[in-house]
Amino acid sequence: MRISIKSGRVIDPANGVDQVQDLHLDAGRIVALGKAPAGFKAERDISARGRIVCPGLIDLSARLREPGFKHKATIASETAAAAAAGITTLCCPPDTQPVIDTPAVAELIHQRAAQSGKARVLTLGALTKGLAGTELSEMAALKEAGCAGVSNALHPLGNTLIMRRAMEYAATHRLTVFLHAEDAHLAAGGCAHEGAVSTRLGLPAIPESAETAAVARELILIEQTGVRAHFCRLSSARAAQMIARAQHDGLPVTADVSAHQLHLTDMDLGHFNSLCHVRPPLRTRRDLEGLRHAVAQNTVSAICSDHQPHEADAKLGPFSETEPGVSALETLLPLTLRLAQEGTLTLADALARLTTGPARILGIEGGTLGVGAVADICVFDPEQYWTLDAKTLRSRGCNTPFLGWEFKGRVTHTLLDGKLVYEFSK
Amino acid sequence: MSTQTLQLDAQGRLRHFLTIEGLKPALLTEILDTAESFTSVGEQTVKKVPLLRGKTIVNLFFEPSTRTRTTFELAAKRLSADVLNIAVSTSSASKGESLLDTLHNLQAMQCDMFVVRHGASGAAHFIAGHVAPHVSVINAGDGCHAHPTQAMLDLFTLRRHKPDFGALSVAIVGDILHSRVARSQIHALTTLGVPDVRVIAPRTLIPKDIETLGVHVYHDLRAGLCDVDVVMMLRLQRERMQGAFLPSEREYFYLYGLTEEKLAVAKPDAIVMHPGPINRGVEIASGVADGARSVILQQVTHGAAVRMAIMALVLRPGVERE
Repeated sequence: MRISIKSGRVIDPANGVDQVQDLHLDAGRIVALGKAPAGFKAERDISARGRIVCPGLIDLSARLREPGFKHKATIASETAAAAAAGITTLCCPPDTQPVIDTPAVAELIHQRAAQSGKARVLTLGALTKGLAGTELSEMAALKEAGCAGVSNALHPLGNTLIMRRAMEYAATHRLTVFLHAEDAHLAAGGCAHEGAVSTRLGLPAIPESAETAAVARELILIEQTGVRAHFCRLSSARAAQMIARAQHDGLPVTADVSAHQLHLTDMDLGHFNSLCHVRPPLRTRRDLEGLRHAVAQNTVSAICSDHQPHEADAKLGPFSETEPGVSALETLLPLTLRLAQEGTLTLADALARLTTGPARILGIEGGTLGVGAVADICVFDPEQYWTLDAKTLRSRGCNTPFLGWEFKGRVTHTLLDGKLVYEFSK
Repeated sequence: MSTQTLQLDAQGRLRHFLTIEGLKPALLTEILDTAESFTSVGEQTVKKVPLLRGKTIVNLFFEPSTRTRTTFELAAKRLSADVLNIAVSTSSASKGESLLDTLHNLQAMQCDMFVVRHGASGAAHFIAGHVAPHVSVINAGDGCHAHPTQAMLDLFTLRRHKPDFGALSVAIVGDILHSRVARSQIHALTTLGVPDVRVIAPRTLIPKDIETLGVHVYHDLRAGLCDVDVVMMLRLQRERMQGAFLPSEREYFYLYGLTEEKLAVAKPDAIVMHPGPINRGVEIASGVADGARSVILQQVTHGAAVRMAIMALVLRPGVERE
C-alpha cells in the first residue's frame, strides 16, 4: 500500500528533523520525505495539516497479561490499546505465567502479537529460571527465540553471587540485562514511599535506600562484568544521580522512568487511593523534580508506560492488599507531551524519549523516520484537548489515577509497517 | 474522596468515625462531653439507656481482640442496641471471599453500624467508602494507621486529671512505628491544643518524618520524660525481636521500661497511662503500673462511656439521615 501523509509537521529526533513536509510510504517503508519519488502514486492520502508526524512510539515495559492472566487483559486487547495510543512497539517483561524462561513462551507471545497485528511485541527473557533467582535461564536459547534482553522483572536477586554470574553469562551472549533495582529486604512488605505520608497513613514503607542500595550494588557488578545494563523504572532522584555519575565514568548503563513517576508523588495517595499503589512507589516532590531533570539531561533516555492492566477487583481493598500497577498505555504520550507543554523539555526531546531513546536501549531498528526506515508512524493533533474517561479507555484495565485529567494532544493515526492500525473517529 | 467528606456529613456531623486526623477541636470536645454524660449509666443499677433501641451493631473483627471488642459490645448493649459479634478468621478470607463480599453479606442483614478492626491500614476507610448510605462505620483499629476510639478514651481520662490541655507536656513512649494508638493519640493531642507532644523510642521504632505530625522526637527516656505531665506507654509486641527492631526485652526494659526511678524526672503530679494489655517488666514496671500515678484501670472503665458517646453521635437517634 502506498500512502502519503501530507503537510504534517514531521519531527524525527533521530535525524534532527522538525519541518512541515509530506511523508511517502511504500511496501511498509518510508520511501521519501518532501517531494514524492518519480512515478509514486499514493493509494491513500492522510492529511496531517496542523498535526505532528513522529516515529511510532516504543514502550519499554507493558504487561499484556498473556499468557497466564487473561482475566486482566489479552495481547489482542492491549495491542489494540497501544495502537490507539500511537505505540507501535512494546516490550513485555518476563513475569507472565508461565514465565518467559523457555523459547516456547516467547514464541507464543510473538505469534499472538503477530495475529493481532496491531503492534510489534518484543519480549524480555527471564534472567533466572522461573524468576526464582537461583539458576540461570537458557539465555542463548531465549536470544535465538527473539528476546530483546533478559530481566528478572519485579523479582530482584537477593544473592549477589548469582547476580554476578547472571551478568557474566548475559554479557557472554551480548544480551542487555534489564534491572529492577530494589533491595528485597529493604522493600519487603512495603507498599508506599517511606516518609511523612507513609508515617501518617501507617502504611508499610519502602525506603529510598531500597532503590539506591540496589543501584550501588548493580553498578559495581556491571563495572566488574562489563555487561550492558539498563535500569528500569527509577523512582528516586538519588538513583538518577548515581546513574548519571556512572554514565559520566563511561559505564554502559541506561535508564528509564515510568510516565506516572514524572507526574505523581506520594501525596497523591491521599487517603489510601489504591490507584496510586505502584511499584516502585511514588516518592516525593524532590524525587519527581530530580527524575524530570534526569529525563531532560538524557541520563534517563526513555519514558515508558509501565502498563499493568488489572481487573477491577485487584484495586478493591485496603491499600496494602491491592495489586500495584497502572493501566498506562493510553496516557504515555499525553503525559510526556505535558512535560513539553510545561517546559521541562523540548517537544523534540520529549518525543525522543519515546522513540529513539528506547530504540537504542533495545538495540532495534525503528524510532526514526529516515528514508528506508520501517514505516511505524504516529500522527497526533497537538492542540486537541480531551479528558481521560474510563468509558473510552481501550485497555481492559481501567486502573489509572489519571481518570478525569484533561490532556492536550491526541493521536489521530497510527501506522504499523506502513499499514493504518488506528484512526481516530469521534 | 477525602476522609473528611467520607467521615462527615454536609452539616459537619460524624457520619463515620475513621480517624481523628482533620476533625475539629469542637467535635472532639463534643465527644468527650457526651461521654461524660454517659459515665453515670455504668454506675446505675440498671446500666442501660434506650437510645439505640432497635439498632443493630455488628462488631466485625478481622484481627483477634478481646478487650476492644468487649468494650464496644458493652457500649452498644448499654445503649440498648442489638449486637452481633463476627470474628472473620483469616481462613475464611483465604477461602476466596473478599472483604467486599463479607461486607455485602452482612449489610444484607439490615444492620446500622459496623465496628471494624482489620490488620491493613486504610481498611475502615475502604469499608466506609463501600457501605450502603444508611450504614455507619467505626474504626476499631486499622493496621498501623488509626485507633481513634482508644485515643478518645485516653483523652477523656486525661481531661479528668489534667483539664487544661493548653499547658501540658505529654510523652508517648514505645513502639511508635507500629502503633495505630500512638498516631491517633498524636492527632487528638495536637488537635486539642496540647503544645508539647513527645515521642520516645529507639530509632528503629520511630517512623520517618514523624515530626511532620507535630511531635518532638527523643531517643533517651530520661531526657524525654523531663518535666512531663503525662506519660503514655505503648505495648511492645513480642515479635519485634524477630524483625531486628530490638535486641531483647531485657535491654528494652533497661532503656525504655518505665520505672519509679525514671519517672522521677517527670512532674511530681505526672500521671501514667497505657492502652493495655500491659507487659509487666517489658515496657512498664509493676510498681508503676499499679502505683498511685497510674490511671490505667480508669482508662478501661472509661472505654465503654467514650464508645457509647461515639456510637450515639454517629447514629444520632432521632435525626433522619438525608
